[in-house]
Amino acid sequence: MVNKRMRLLAWALIGLLVLTTVGCAQKPAEPQKPGESQAEGDVIKIGVFEPMTGDSAAGGQMTWEGIELANKLHNEVLGKKVELVLVDNKTDKNEAANAVIRLIEKEKVSAIIGSYGSSLSMAAGPIVLEKKVPAVGCSPTNPLVTKDNPYYFRVCFIDPFQGSVMAKYAYEDLGAKTAVIVRNVADAYSVGLNNYFKEAFIKLTGDEKSILAELDYQQGDQDFTAQLTSIKKLNPDVIFAPGPYNDGALMIKQARGLGITAPFMGGDTWEAPEFIQIGGKDVEGVTLSTHYSVDAAPTEAAKEFVDAYKEKFNKEPNAFAALGYDAYMVILDAIERANSYEPTAIRDELAKTVGFKGVTGTITLDENGDATKSAVILQVQDGVFKYLTTVEPD
Amino acid sequence: MTRKNNYLYTLMAVAALAVVVAWAQTGLFGLLSPWDAYTVRIMNLCAINIGLGLALNLVNGFTGQFSLGHAGFMAIGAYTVALLAMSPAVKQMNFFMVPLIAPFDKIQISFWAGILWGGLLSAFFGFLIGAPVLRLRGDYLAIATLGFAEIIRVVIINVKGLTNGALGLKGIPVYTNLWWTTAYAGLTVLLMVRLIKSSYGRALKAIREDEIAAQAMGIDVFYHKMLAFVLAAFIAGVGGGLQASLIGSIDPAMYKLPLTFQILLMVVLGGMGSITGTVIAATIVTALMEILRFVESPLTLGAIHLPGIPGMRMVVFSLLLIVVTLFYSHGLMGDKEFSWDLLFSRRTKQGVTQ
Amino acid sequence: MTATEFLQHLANGVSLGSLYALIAIGYTMVYGIIRLVNFAHGDLLMVAAYIAFYGILLFSLPWPLAFIVAVVLTTLIGVTIERVAYRPLRDAPRITVLISAIGVSFLLENLGLVVFGGRSKAFYVPPFFAAINHIGETAVPNLVWFIPLVTVALLLILMHLLYRTRIGMAMRAVARDLDTARLMAIDVDQVISFTFMVGSSLAAIGGLMWGLKFPQINPLMGAMPGLKCFIAAVVGGIGNIGGAVVGGFVLGVGEILLVAFFPELAGYRDAFAFILLILTLLIRPTGLLGERVAEKV
Repeated sequence: MVNKRMRLLAWALIGLLVLTTVGCAQKPAEPQKPGESQAEGDVIKIGVFEPMTGDSAAGGQMTWEGIELANKLHNEVLGKKVELVLVDNKTDKNEAANAVIRLIEKEKVSAIIGSYGSSLSMAAGPIVLEKKVPAVGCSPTNPLVTKDNPYYFRVCFIDPFQGSVMAKYAYEDLGAKTAVIVRNVADAYSVGLNNYFKEAFIKLTGDEKSILAELDYQQGDQDFTAQLTSIKKLNPDVIFAPGPYNDGALMIKQARGLGITAPFMGGDTWEAPEFIQIGGKDVEGVTLSTHYSVDAAPTEAAKEFVDAYKEKFNKEPNAFAALGYDAYMVILDAIERANSYEPTAIRDELAKTVGFKGVTGTITLDENGDATKSAVILQVQDGVFKYLTTVEPD
Repeated sequence: MTRKNNYLYTLMAVAALAVVVAWAQTGLFGLLSPWDAYTVRIMNLCAINIGLGLALNLVNGFTGQFSLGHAGFMAIGAYTVALLAMSPAVKQMNFFMVPLIAPFDKIQISFWAGILWGGLLSAFFGFLIGAPVLRLRGDYLAIATLGFAEIIRVVIINVKGLTNGALGLKGIPVYTNLWWTTAYAGLTVLLMVRLIKSSYGRALKAIREDEIAAQAMGIDVFYHKMLAFVLAAFIAGVGGGLQASLIGSIDPAMYKLPLTFQILLMVVLGGMGSITGTVIAATIVTALMEILRFVESPLTLGAIHLPGIPGMRMVVFSLLLIVVTLFYSHGLMGDKEFSWDLLFSRRTKQGVTQ
Repeated sequence: MTATEFLQHLANGVSLGSLYALIAIGYTMVYGIIRLVNFAHGDLLMVAAYIAFYGILLFSLPWPLAFIVAVVLTTLIGVTIERVAYRPLRDAPRITVLISAIGVSFLLENLGLVVFGGRSKAFYVPPFFAAINHIGETAVPNLVWFIPLVTVALLLILMHLLYRTRIGMAMRAVARDLDTARLMAIDVDQVISFTFMVGSSLAAIGGLMWGLKFPQINPLMGAMPGLKCFIAAVVGGIGNIGGAVVGGFVLGVGEILLVAFFPELAGYRDAFAFILLILTLLIRPTGLLGERVAEKV
């Protein structure tokens, strides 16, 4: 028996469906060449897709602070106001792809900044390539992000460089002859960085066996005692264990508990206040490489940025905010040189970026779209990150 | 209402859908697509989710076997498609740390063959997994399937020579378009309708209602459960492959429990055991995911500035799931189905059923 | 492998296993009584840890007080969850209750993400627990013997509760047959509420111990331990409290020894737990200590 209410509901649903479908449709757009009519009126739009929620929310939010600050300080280019459009990618690849296509199609942005997290940036890759809108990543360090994609750039160095920096530091400054690697197998960053450290370290020592062991753990593991007990027996000169900061802090704590005294080294993800809070006095002396340090502020731009940031947020800026700032400034610089709002023209100029004086150092984009620039090494001393040294690229 | 009329209506609906798809995808008779790429993308996701939701409903709703392993099957489909459809050059670019093992580094087959392989391989794994775990019941089955999905993910992370591990794969050729996804959703609906109306469907429902009684009636319970499970794995594998080709890059972190949760939400919301319900709920939930963006973004109304609450969306969806199970456990449609009679039949008083 | 090294691994394993055991007891109690995999059990760990964290940080409570407050509040939350999300479904199919439980688990995790933020925070560890003793070459942190002590103490208390008190008898009756228990004038709802009270406070204590052992907390910290402790409960024989303890130790020591003897398999550690679960379900569904019961029709 057909229920009258059910019938009503069915028709209502169909009506709703038709209405929304039609509602989503706009009048057939003019045949639009890529990049045309992007800058209507007096405003030029730059899209930002960052993880404001989900696992990587903290990184996305810090990056956004830097981008927002850059926009506040420099909100005009070629006589037009620059408007930022932020879309949350929710630390999800599907959402990241949706976010980017939304920026391009709905917001008609001229360029895109993002995203914290290499896998999220990779989800956006095919879209910016197809739609020919340039994207500049702030902190995705996985080499795959820009590979074979002329529309993807980044203002940070990549893992091969970061790995070699730490290998060099371990070999030359700490005099290490042997090392053990600990990696989070589920974390692309940890896997990649470890790999480059290993290559560089073996090259420096000239000994295939200088890496005593490569030990794995899984995302979410909090007990590293089994791996660490094996390390204790090997007695390495250094332990390289880049990965999420909480993993690192717990691991070092447990290592010290087991009586392991070898120095620990990590990458830029460890530069978080929580790393020191969780690790406490056990992480004293830990060294890590990162993009930037307030104490090493090398450029004019850096001074301006640090002062403005402190004034606005009342705290020291970290590397992610600085990279967000630089990504924005690099795009603005390219727009000026291109003297155009066309995404393709901006891309061409972005590719030619040489010696741009950013907050995080002097940025030159190479043929892959990766930044060639210096790295800094920090050490935990008395509960804070202290600047040790700057390592220039070869 | 005659059967002939019903076929006619169905045919007309399919034709209308084809016209819409053709228009949306490539334009029609010189008229350009009225939808931009963003909207088309959401439509694609809707269609894929319809297929995925139906597959889960087949096991969880129609057969009454609670499986939480959907994400694992999607992962198998996605990785198979990626490995088979990518060109050797792209593979070389991806596998820069650990080289891809032979013969996968050389082969490249067409997309549709890759999709088919993805589905079949996923179905094969469904068989392997189903053989032991389908003997379990209720929550044990749920945990065991969840465990298998997790094992699949852990293996994908660790077998770097085949999957590139945590680095994921990028540069998967983007073949997925509305034709593919609508065909996928449409064929899944068709398959489900035929299946449910057949003796198989009645057997599945009998198992759901009372396994022991079904067995007593001479139904081969294990065979039917397995059939549903393997079929669902196949559909999920194909869906995972289509989704991978839509995004263009995959990594193991995509295939965690929240993915299964999202699809489970669609099934529960639509009604466990209703094809129509899943279709509607999948569409609504997928659209809501986008529409609910405003819940999380900061809102500025004149002088009033409301800070956004990031993450509220998932809170809303979890609450929705609880509320639906508590107060509206039949979901949108219960186990009812759409039929043309519902729209057109004049005989509303008696006699007409699907 | 030297004897010292093996002893160290064993100490590590026992320490982890006792933590699993502690949480598995709560799981097994709830399952034993109402046959529900309480997915939210793991997330209660997280709730307890955060309450203690904020109690110390915002209200400057001394840590023993903060811990007690955390246990009490978490217990209340656990009982509320049962009242709101499980009790109305008492007569619904088990799958429906399971969906509700999954919903509650996701709700707690996502609320946690919204309220506490996604970044891992440092959990306060009182100096006593941080201290490390060395027995010969083997490093033994105070927690290594403290957590098993807590586990055993709670086990004894529970045994007493179950086998020496009236409410314990009622609980066992409900576990055996809910409907018959009702006919025997047992207030089933009250008994189940009480079970959740005990289960949730166990989860809370487990969460605090977890925080002491691994002093970093985040909203998703309970998800994996929750699943693993359920596995431990199944391996030991679900519904059997002694079994949960045995299962917890088997899983904890097994995980550590797996990594110790086969370092190249360390990446498969989570898979190990699930394989153990599936093998148990197939070969000995009643677990190590469980007794065979006929499936009720």
